[in-house]
Amino acid sequence: MLEINDLHVKLGDEDIAILKGVTLSVAPGTVHAIMGPNGSGKSTLSYVLAGREGYEVTAGTATLEGADLLGMEPEERAAAGLFLAFQYPVEIPGVGNMTFLRTAVNAQRRAKGEEEMSSGAFLKLVREKAAGLKIDADMLKRPVNTGFSGGEKKRNEILQMAMLEPKMCILDETDSGLDVDAMKLVADGVNALRSEGRGFLVITHYQRLLDHIRPDVVHIMSDGRIVKTGGPDLALEVETQGYGDIVDAAEPA
Amino acid sequence: MAGRREQIARARAEATGARLAGQALPSGGAWVTAARREALARLQALGLPDRRDEYWKYTDPTTLSAAEPIAAALFDLKGEPPMFHEMDRLRVVFVDGVFDPAASDDLALAGVEIERLATAAAADIHWARDLYGVLEARGQEPVPRSLATHNTAFAEDGVLIRVTGRTEKPVSLIYLHRAETSDAVLHHCIRLEPGAELTLMENGAGAARFSSVLEVEVGEGARFHHVRAQGRDHERRTHTHIFARLAERGVFKSFTATVNGRLVRNEAFLELLGREAVAHVAGTAVGDGDFHQDDTVFVTHAAESCESRQVFKKVLRNGAVGVFQGKILVTAEAQLTDGYQISQSLLLDEDSQFLVKPELEIYADDVKCSHGSTSGAIDPVQLFYLRSRGVPENEAQGLLVLAFLAEALNEIEDERLAADIRNRLEAWLARHRPA
Ligand SMILES: Nc1ncnc2c1ncn2[C@@H]1O[C@H](COP(=O)(O)OP(=O)(O)OP(=O)(O)O)[C@@H](O)[C@H]1O
Ligand SMILES: [Mg+2]
Repeated sequence: MLEINDLHVKLGDEDIAILKGVTLSVAPGTVHAIMGPNGSGKSTLSYVLAGREGYEVTAGTATLEGADLLGMEPEERAAAGLFLAFQYPVEIPGVGNMTFLRTAVNAQRRAKGEEEMSSGAFLKLVREKAAGLKIDADMLKRPVNTGFSGGEKKRNEILQMAMLEPKMCILDETDSGLDVDAMKLVADGVNALRSEGRGFLVITHYQRLLDHIRPDVVHIMSDGRIVKTGGPDLALEVETQGYGDIVDAAEPA
Repeated sequence: MAGRREQIARARAEATGARLAGQALPSGGAWVTAARREALARLQALGLPDRRDEYWKYTDPTTLSAAEPIAAALFDLKGEPPMFHEMDRLRVVFVDGVFDPAASDDLALAGVEIERLATAAAADIHWARDLYGVLEARGQEPVPRSLATHNTAFAEDGVLIRVTGRTEKPVSLIYLHRAETSDAVLHHCIRLEPGAELTLMENGAGAARFSSVLEVEVGEGARFHHVRAQGRDHERRTHTHIFARLAERGVFKSFTATVNGRLVRNEAFLELLGREAVAHVAGTAVGDGDFHQDDTVFVTHAAESCESRQVFKKVLRNGAVGVFQGKILVTAEAQLTDGYQISQSLLLDEDSQFLVKPELEIYADDVKCSHGSTSGAIDPVQLFYLRSRGVPENEAQGLLVLAFLAEALNEIEDERLAADIRNRLEAWLARHRPA
């Protein structure tokens, strides 16, 4: 469903290459994990897919269900079914979390030619999804992510994902900053969404999250490339041995 | 330097002379005639503002001081309902600055004496003589506000309101602009007796050139709420002055929304004279292109344990200019003062400007005063976050602009009035989104 082919990306305002030929294919119903050292380009990949400004694609393609992602505006990518749970969720003082969620849900419904959700139906749905993630009424009322703890922000990302029901979910270090219980809540939230038609790309540094969300495929990214791809065991190998050998072996001669 | 000062003095005298040439004070009873004569004498001594005055550094008063107003095209609401139209209120309508009895409700409301200035001016004595031009005269220090003095001398219409209890509904002053060259001068006085409460609304552009003075006396424990929407006429030129004096535990809250307008200067001069008095003054201004809007506020804390807030937010596009001059003066007696002032602008492009002069002058030692001023663009990271959730760019921008305005809008206590103002701003944003 998500096809990335030989993607090269540099910074928009400087001649610094970040992604140097990423190729990746996520089939519907599968969970792919990406691991890799700090600064290897994992977040850059997720931002480029979501359409953040400041990057320039110099070569390669990325499609979602055959549609060219790179030619779309960020909101069009979202309407096409792409969702990114941010590594650093953004605070928006002055916009209520509830207003934000409703605006997003209804914008996507409109984009699909569906009717907007009634306030009653919306409220019921939010309350139900929020309860599952232990997000209380107060957090729904407060401005988006403003003054939320690190863990609360991450749970709020998963709430958005649950409300929007995207086809392709990218989670960028959603586990970092979570306590053990919150990690379980987030994993349950993700697992509840796992289905035949939906793909996941889970960026993480830790095996712990992958204990809860069993990946089908694990990729190791280093210096802007996928340097190794394997099964769930690859994550265990990283956990015990670090990236050293894997990355060294991939180093071009 | 003396040469320059003389030059300004000469220009001022000439401009003032030109404005007053051939103009006689309106006739009236003893009390108002005395007030008008005193005002005329003050005006002749002060002179009208000149663009070289420090106090007018950011806003050119030439067209406000000039003998004749510049014509302003009428604004067509195109069937849109006017502000506050759904609220139960006492409507007082002025057309180009002249009271329109046919369009107004009967000036009768329980707990209130309300009278047209033109009527009251015919009497020889009136309660308003303790107020009319009195608060304005107090507001001539430390800087002259002589446009208001001109208003005191020449205003023939307005309302005088004395509130003795809790009013059952708000008083709503509606200013219609019907003639392209109208020059309106309106003067209102409001006295809230101890414990009394009044909500006053004002809306409409009112004239090609519109001058208004509002003098408000807030008695002990009395509460005054004021919400103003200054109409939408693009070409109008407006200057308004509010002079308010608060007794112990008196509450004064005023909010102004300015949408469009070639030149709008809103001044407020507020004196907290009794302990635990509270004065809030707030505003939102949104302008696109040929727009110049100026809030100039002076708050004096002269008693203990008073609170004041100034919250001003401006959204500017296509070369629009916003100005904020705000001062908090805390006298030596005013211990435990709580003063807050914030002025912020959101510049939607690089052509627009926000000019600010915040000032604190504090003579008491145990006070809490803060002020801040910022100017910025829409945060691209917040915009991207919203868009990544599927919110189209325009709508996302609108949300962020309203979020920016929220702190000022929150100053409106009445939720219905706040909703009306918010709708008006949302509609403006929808019309003025970048293509
Ligand atoms: N806007 C930018 N300006 C300068 N450098 C950037 C920018 N964006 C990314 N980079 C650089 O690109 C590299 C990849 O960054 P990226 O955030 O994608 O790494 P990451 O794999 O997500 O790291 P981490 O595991 O620490 O989250 C880093 O060296 C980073 O400093
Ligand atoms: Mg990262």
